[in-house]
Amino acid sequence: MNQCDTIAAIATAMAGSGIGIVRVSGNKSFEIVEKIFRPGKKEKRITEQHAYTMHYGWIMDGEEMIDEVIILLMRGPRSYTSEDTVEIDCHGGVYVTRRILELVIKKGARAAEPGEFTKRAFLNGRIDLSQAEAVMDVIQAKNEYALKSSVNQLCGSVLRLIQKIREQIIYEIAFIESALDDPEHISLDGYPEKLHEKVENLIKKTEELLINADQGKILKEGIKTVIIGKPNAGKSSLLNALTGNERAIVTEIAGTTRDTLEEQIRIRDLILNIVDTAGIRKTEDPVEKIGVDKAKESLKDADLVLYIVDSSTELDENDKEILSLLEGQRVIMLLNKTDLPSVTDAQVMRKIFSGPLVSISAKEESGLDTFADLLEEMFLNGKISYNDEVYLTNVRQRTAMEEAKESLKKVRESIESGMPEDFFSIDLTDAYESLGKILGESMGEDLINEIFSKFCTGK
Amino acid sequence: MPFVEEYADIIVVGAGHAGCEAALACARLGLETVVFTVSVDSIALMPCNPNIGGSSKGHLVRELDALGGEMGKIIDRTFIQSKMLNVSKGPAVHSLRAQADKAEYSRAMRMVLEKTDHLQIVQAEVTDILTRSGQVTGVRLYSGAVYHAKAVILCTGTYLKARCIYGDVSVHTGPNGLQAANYLTDSLKNLGIEMCRFKTGTPARIDGRTIDYSKMEEQFGDKRVVPFSFETDPETVQIEQISCWLTYTNEETHDIIRSNLDRSPLYSGKIEGTGPRYCPSIEDKVVRFSDKNRHQVFIEPEGRYTSEMYVGGMSSSLPEDVQHEMYHSVPGLEHAKIVRNAYAIEYDCINPQQLYPTLEFKKIKGLFSGGQFNGSSGYEEAACQGLVAGINASMEILGKEQIVIDRSQGYIGVLIDDLVTKENHEPYRMMTSRSEYRLLLRQDNADQRLTPLGYQVGLISEERYQRLMHKKKQIKKEKERLEKTMMGANASVQHLLEKYGSMKLKTAASLAEILRRPEIKYEYLSEIDKDRPDLPLDVTEQVEIDIKYDGYIKRQLKQVEQFQKLEQRRIPEDLDYDDVGSLRLEAVQKLKLCKPISIGQASRIAGVSPADISVLLVYLEQKRGQENTV
Repeated sequence: MNQCDTIAAIATAMAGSGIGIVRVSGNKSFEIVEKIFRPGKKEKRITEQHAYTMHYGWIMDGEEMIDEVIILLMRGPRSYTSEDTVEIDCHGGVYVTRRILELVIKKGARAAEPGEFTKRAFLNGRIDLSQAEAVMDVIQAKNEYALKSSVNQLCGSVLRLIQKIREQIIYEIAFIESALDDPEHISLDGYPEKLHEKVENLIKKTEELLINADQGKILKEGIKTVIIGKPNAGKSSLLNALTGNERAIVTEIAGTTRDTLEEQIRIRDLILNIVDTAGIRKTEDPVEKIGVDKAKESLKDADLVLYIVDSSTELDENDKEILSLLEGQRVIMLLNKTDLPSVTDAQVMRKIFSGPLVSISAKEESGLDTFADLLEEMFLNGKISYNDEVYLTNVRQRTAMEEAKESLKKVRESIESGMPEDFFSIDLTDAYESLGKILGESMGEDLINEIFSKFCTGK
Repeated sequence: MPFVEEYADIIVVGAGHAGCEAALACARLGLETVVFTVSVDSIALMPCNPNIGGSSKGHLVRELDALGGEMGKIIDRTFIQSKMLNVSKGPAVHSLRAQADKAEYSRAMRMVLEKTDHLQIVQAEVTDILTRSGQVTGVRLYSGAVYHAKAVILCTGTYLKARCIYGDVSVHTGPNGLQAANYLTDSLKNLGIEMCRFKTGTPARIDGRTIDYSKMEEQFGDKRVVPFSFETDPETVQIEQISCWLTYTNEETHDIIRSNLDRSPLYSGKIEGTGPRYCPSIEDKVVRFSDKNRHQVFIEPEGRYTSEMYVGGMSSSLPEDVQHEMYHSVPGLEHAKIVRNAYAIEYDCINPQQLYPTLEFKKIKGLFSGGQFNGSSGYEEAACQGLVAGINASMEILGKEQIVIDRSQGYIGVLIDDLVTKENHEPYRMMTSRSEYRLLLRQDNADQRLTPLGYQVGLISEERYQRLMHKKKQIKKEKERLEKTMMGANASVQHLLEKYGSMKLKTAASLAEILRRPEIKYEYLSEIDKDRPDLPLDVTEQVEIDIKYDGYIKRQLKQVEQFQKLEQRRIPEDLDYDDVGSLRLEAVQKLKLCKPISIGQASRIAGVSPADISVLLVYLEQKRGQENTV
């Protein structure tokens, strides 16, 4: 909620565009960029340059060159947000743009909250009063989206790990607080040693999380998409078609929790994380049963399900089985193999399925544009750029995790330097709140509830 | 029919801990004040535990005193034992707790009331609040008498439709068998005030002559007692103290309780009120913490001139016969005679979200309230609200600005903000964990934080204020001196550090830097600090804390800066939340109900998201802009 610190975000869509812009706004923006910018020709200090000038050079992480860039300097109040603003134009590319953003944050900026640039622009009088309503809509929509994606983007196991760390932290805070509130009932003798061990362990866990985050194993972006269908309905050929020539595979990541292979593909401005499932059919074969169970597991936190039906064969028991699995999901039905004579056409399908339906031929790569249009309609409602928010959410999550780790380290430091116990709970609380940001949860009455439920205090 | 008709500036309903502070504040500010009580003999009664203070509650009393309240002064004169709790922990959680001589406390407070000008005590039951077009105009008594006033402060404690319960027995009385007030609730409901029902309880009192103390551990007071009031001369509180005693329940006690649970009104559903989780009855403790095979029981004297002893830790609403059996199973209480039974009490109170942080009702101008009536619990919580309600009712009549103590200024601020902002489902008790800035809100610096406000309001004398200014000056000067005075790594310095188990200096360091080491105390340094001025203890204490915890304090000060920015963004009273648009439905409902006075307060309402706050900021900016152009 800070109104005057320096914020940063990626201003361009996180697609493979030719140029990427990282925007930094706030009174420290010049200073921050100066720390990571090496001018192309003669030495110069960014903070001493005139407003509305452009500078060519390199973004550096220590001695490592990250990218060749042009930076644009604007002084408040004559900028979008009415604050000192620096725009770093880099060579696009998802990876590089992110590295630069992360660097800017490391040097003292904060990842912008959803809609924060717009909010600042408005509050600083740069946006017409008559547009207040639109501004408010954007803020609310972006936040809602970010909150949802924040949790959705976490792998189930990571989510559970963060929750578990938080539970451990609040237990310790509650214990300390109970002892402070009721020193005659609860003693803290020998407690610092025990806490030291626990905190050590928690620091390790957050560090592991951060390492994993850096390897892209935790914070994912994109729409979790499960492909489901009977054997031979054409799932593999669809995947091949989607990941074909123009739609290159961005990266290939193995799920951290499942063995199911996930592929990340881009369709226009959208990133889909594809989870391929084994063909589903009614079976007593234990091996195949496992496949069905896995598919069910994948469906649990899917954002989208692509149900592939072979239009050249008759519907059967297995289709019913699949349809029953899809209840309550966001499903697109793909009627595949339009290149073959049709047995099960759209009309037949309509009797049992009311969601969006597209006829395609994976083999001939037809119908895929219609499919892409449909995806855009579903996930890009014009106002929110899906991927921007998702990515920023990830940066915020990472920052929050980093903050949690730092707070835990402070607890360790306090214990080691022999500070009184009440100081431990101050930093533990900060760690708890930081991790809460990742889940979109705040302390609220958590602590009071924990104290009363776990510890017997009172007159 | 003829009836008595009187006029006053302010009427206070109830003379418990909230009512007394409210009435004193009003009268001391020069307003003609009438305080009603159902019994003059029950003024400042302590119907439950015989102590004042305790963790975080001690802070409240110090703050109350810093603002010009009375509780601290009275307990300094009437305590029989005193202890500073948590001394082994950080200064922020040191907290005073004193055992009171209940009768003496009550009598001393009554005497102060009786000696205060502009203050009149009347024994009567108030049955109606009178209003005209949204403004309070006075009260009507059970007799039909009418008292007109410009403001009314409700401090009815646990008396409204009170019912005391143990086992099958249910008596329609207030605490201690006192008369309940059965009519006021309906009058308030007719005014559109939403009422709810809370419950609390108290343990038995036992005849001290029948206790076997040899089976208990003696609990002493502090050797050197620290007074509550900043105005009390510390020498006057070094008195002979009376001990408390510690014993424990056991499995036998728990078996007795478990096998009689079906007879407990708590579990049979006879009690509808919501009880506090922080002071559970013994049956609650046994059920909820079944893995604990014993619970502590503190035997505390009720006063110097009585043999009655309070059985702390064993409040109950079990039937009389079970109570006897249960208490007798505790070591030392085998032959104890019960003087008064334990009981649970149910009473009407309000949902305090109907109040502004000034403690004035949003619906009715001039109507204020404080204490247990507002859904809190505890003598100290009550007294603080009473004082704030008293001050603000007075300010309103005097046409001066009302006060709101914010969360960064004091526990009083945390208390009131929590009450009027958050949803509260049980009697609210203060706890240190409720305060975000507790390193700043220490009991030792309550005077620096709040006495200037008390002075501004008019409850603190010029002389007391000047004393504080002088103290602050001394603190500042001494801190600067310590920061500036450099110590070389010479033999005497190294020797001193070694003596206290501290690392030797590598290069020269200031006295302040050395003091920041956790193992070094201010007094240790006197050996090497040749130019040390002779300063009073309360000054050096502040110097030491400020320097030692400088890093943490600075961090919290930074957070406070952020916090205050949002507190200062005021929300107009007449804001139509339906008009804002883009707010989520839940947020609109909560905001309409709470009517926060600032963006800061709005941000603390459960169900209002950060995005809603951003939306509100944008909306307010738009409104402001439009007004400016008109």
